[in-house]
Amino acid sequence: MEANRTMTAVSAESLLAMYETAATIRRFEQSAIEQYRLGNIRGYLHPYLGEEGIATGSIAALEPDDYIVSTHRGHGHAIAKGHDPRRMMAELFGKETGYCRGRGGSMHVASRSVRNLGANGIVAGGLGIADGAALAIKQRGGSEVVVAFCSDGSSANGMWHESLNLAAIWDLPVIFVLENNQYAVSTPIRDSARIEHLSDRAAGYGMPGVTVDGNDPVLVYEAMQEPLRRARGGEGPSLIECMTFRHGGHHVNDPGTYLPADELERWKAHDPLIVLRERLATAGVDEAAIAEVDERVERVMEEAVEFATESANPSVDEFLAEVAS
Amino acid sequence: MKYREALRAALEEEMERDPAVCVIGEGIGERGGSYKVTEGLLARFGPNRVIDTPLSEAGFVGLGVGAAVVGQRPVVEMLFIDFLLLAMDQVINQAAKYRFMSGGEGRVPLVIRTQGGTGNSLAGQHSQSLEALYYHIPGLKVVMPATPRDAKGLLISAIRDDDPVIFIEHKQLYMTDGEVPEEPYLVPLGEAEIKRAGTDVTLVAWSHMVLKSLQAAEELAAEGISAEVIDLRSLVPMDMASVLDSVHRTGRLVIAQEAVKRGGVASDIAANVVEQAHDDLRAPIVRVAGKNTVIPFNLALEKAAVPQVADIVAGVRSVMGVAVPG
Repeated sequence: MEANRTMTAVSAESLLAMYETAATIRRFEQSAIEQYRLGNIRGYLHPYLGEEGIATGSIAALEPDDYIVSTHRGHGHAIAKGHDPRRMMAELFGKETGYCRGRGGSMHVASRSVRNLGANGIVAGGLGIADGAALAIKQRGGSEVVVAFCSDGSSANGMWHESLNLAAIWDLPVIFVLENNQYAVSTPIRDSARIEHLSDRAAGYGMPGVTVDGNDPVLVYEAMQEPLRRARGGEGPSLIECMTFRHGGHHVNDPGTYLPADELERWKAHDPLIVLRERLATAGVDEAAIAEVDERVERVMEEAVEFATESANPSVDEFLAEVAS
Repeated sequence: MKYREALRAALEEEMERDPAVCVIGEGIGERGGSYKVTEGLLARFGPNRVIDTPLSEAGFVGLGVGAAVVGQRPVVEMLFIDFLLLAMDQVINQAAKYRFMSGGEGRVPLVIRTQGGTGNSLAGQHSQSLEALYYHIPGLKVVMPATPRDAKGLLISAIRDDDPVIFIEHKQLYMTDGEVPEEPYLVPLGEAEIKRAGTDVTLVAWSHMVLKSLQAAEELAAEGISAEVIDLRSLVPMDMASVLDSVHRTGRLVIAQEAVKRGGVASDIAANVVEQAHDDLRAPIVRVAGKNTVIPFNLALEKAAVPQVADIVAGVRSVMGVAVPG
């Protein structure tokens, strides 16, 4: 997709922070895949590789006390929201020091401290939770916002419809960020929807909807501004469809052979990290500053893997005592 | 006080006491709910806390989960337990698992009030007794009050509980009358009550079957059979100690449930008693339960599908008849 570049008020400093977030997500996923291949991580692992721009841009627009609801492909959301990569990695390893004490794993990372209401193993399953958190905010007269990450696949689910409609009729402070990576596992979106832009559905709920290039975090960040103003002002929800593409299969063991090679090449050339580097260059940030970030991210990942490796497994006895009643 | 008034009193008291308590459901505001449990709440507490929903069952149960996760105490009303099936992912995959999967950090102080059971000729999709579905799921509590006193005290306990509670009322109970204390009180979850003391046989029941069991016990008394009626009140947590204690004294057990017999809670109680108190039993356990059928529309067929007082009486007679002399 050709980026629809606009003039932006994002400072060089903010750009560099976005780059660090996106690079952290990228290296976290690469490290997790490596650890998976080594046998240190089991189960399902749904990499966010290629989609980093969306979590990076949308969460950069939030305040710390805003909430997110995540998905099964949720490592990027969590890292952007401020989860510690060490405890993230430990959870993927199934260790006691992980965010869910090894009881949730990759698909269920949540943390009250950073207001991540949780990843979810059920597609569209978390959207009601997003509405509920937003209802609570409204009942208490708060100004926080809930970002509900969802996907092209989820838009085919009844819960997606119910949740957007409920948020709309009650003017709930929710921003539905639809990550359109164009494939629901292996099913292309063109086989699941008659419309070109899923954001067109927003009109049916009486809320604004836009489609943006999800691989440009700055465009995502900008697209968040009006929905945030609306949500904080009591004007209700919005839908932002962010176009993107996975760099691989649905999960770590899916080779993704159904992804057309030319399409994949095109999207890889428009990788969010490449886009951010271009933007940094335009903003006059020198290579040394970027290299410094890269080095820091490397260190963080080494520490994360080391922390996860050295952490203890949950105690089976403790678990059995917990479930004895 | 009527059962439905007792439920309303619980909601009013809790909403008065704690601003985090709110009620959510279909037609519960102006209309006051189909069974009038929430009548008057909208006028008293306003639309911010008494929320009428569209017919989006999965959506508004999910809404309740999310509000609960961030510290509200929502009471979601599901008009029929049959409709709660539309929200099973939200109940089982979201509400029930949230605390565990978050490593214990998350809490879902959510109550889902719903009602089930036969008796109004509402046919197959509005008359089911589905408690076993929820009983089966780790992470849920299941409460089924039989009397106005218990309805109020248990609903208050359910609202104050930090875990999701499926609170199942029975459509035949809303208009029943009973004593309800004037002063504030709680009925804790997981505490059975002996509704009638007896010495010959233990009769375990919950919800509407408690009333039928008490009638059965009255008839049996006339025959010289002393039945002890235990009302479980909550199925999860279940007060097995009270059941075992009673069985230890009587040596005989009949379990009455309206739900279909196959895979029901009665079967689980029977298994637990056999595992834990086999030697106390002087006769085989009898389950008096619904037929394994869809609930029929025709009144005579509907009655035949679920246990009546005569069936419970017959069940008790059978355990007395086969008893080995002590």
